[in-house]
Amino acid sequence: MSDATLNPSVESLAAGAPVAQVSIGQIFLEFLIIGATSFGGVVPYLRGSLVTKRGWITDKEFVEMLSISQSLPGLNATNMAILVGEKLRGALGSIAAIIGICLPGAVLMYCVGIFYRIHGDHVWITAALKGVAAAAVGLILSTVVSMSKKSLSGKFDFVFIALTVIAVNRLHLGVPRTLVAVGLLAILFHRPRKQQLESGTQ
Amino acid sequence: MNQTPALIRVFAYLSLLTVGGGMAAFPELKILTVEVHKWLTFPQLIHLYSVGQMAPGPNMMMIVAIGQWAGGFLGALVVLLAFFGPTALLAFIVARGWKKLEKWPWRTSIQEGLAPVSIGLLLAGCFTMAKGAIFGVETAAIAVGVLLILLQYKVNPALLVLGSAVLGVISFMPK
Repeated sequence: MSDATLNPSVESLAAGAPVAQVSIGQIFLEFLIIGATSFGGVVPYLRGSLVTKRGWITDKEFVEMLSISQSLPGLNATNMAILVGEKLRGALGSIAAIIGICLPGAVLMYCVGIFYRIHGDHVWITAALKGVAAAAVGLILSTVVSMSKKSLSGKFDFVFIALTVIAVNRLHLGVPRTLVAVGLLAILFHRPRKQQLESGTQ
Repeated sequence: MNQTPALIRVFAYLSLLTVGGGMAAFPELKILTVEVHKWLTFPQLIHLYSVGQMAPGPNMMMIVAIGQWAGGFLGALVVLLAFFGPTALLAFIVARGWKKLEKWPWRTSIQEGLAPVSIGLLLAGCFTMAKGAIFGVETAAIAVGVLLILLQYKVNPALLVLGSAVLGVISFMPK
């Protein structure tokens, strides 16, 4: 009896093979838990859950998916849900994952919205919100710094950062035009070099 | 007046601007929701966004509140679908095709090129928000304090936001 029950798990561990197919329900539940508990940023919770706890994807896959998520429009959290869901169970997996990760926060902010609409002008709430808004500015700045440390590939990239900020905040070109103009410029600047082109076609 | 079509248009459009994070779309979010459609005021937008930083899950869930204000439950639902639908579809298509692009030399160029632009957009969004959120010594001190703490220590940002709410009450409660 014990042999029959023990063996499969031992084998799958030893082989490091893809885990037995994950069910749509499991995907939904796991992302729902992440969606409900990921206070202060989703990425570490995603890694902890999907790579460490469940072993649904490897750490290498996680990093790869995260870099795809970051260069696409859309939030990292939801893009990751789509990519991981797709890998595990195709389109249905993606849908289960994105609904799961969005649901708790959406319900919470729905209620917060109603509450704020009714009580938002109470003195102590206005006072607290001034502190909260200032903290959010500091939080975004820290994201800017950590992203700059991680994902820039040369000093010249700071020129593109500056151009983007000037285009949006000073010239009021709007985000879409800025994105296309500076984006194209930056992509051309980082165009494939000769060697890369050759190794790429090999 | 039925706001549903406008909500769909605005949030589907904003969705495609969120390169590098939700904050990238913030300047446009402000123009469309505050100035064009007047669904809420700038201080309200800043408040909702900031409170949203304490909520778990994807950090732009404050859009649900905007949808709810403009169009009730249906408005909230429509905003969610419009904001997450287009990018979700795009991510799905890319997920399917990415393996084929692995050898495409421009893939790296696009990733390397978009990195500084998305950081710039984030910063631009941050400046737009700071114009409404930073006034006077107290708020500047809170912002700088949070920045320095996050750069120096591994603290959960949600806790810092919560702590700043307390600081806000202490600093801004009428005596």
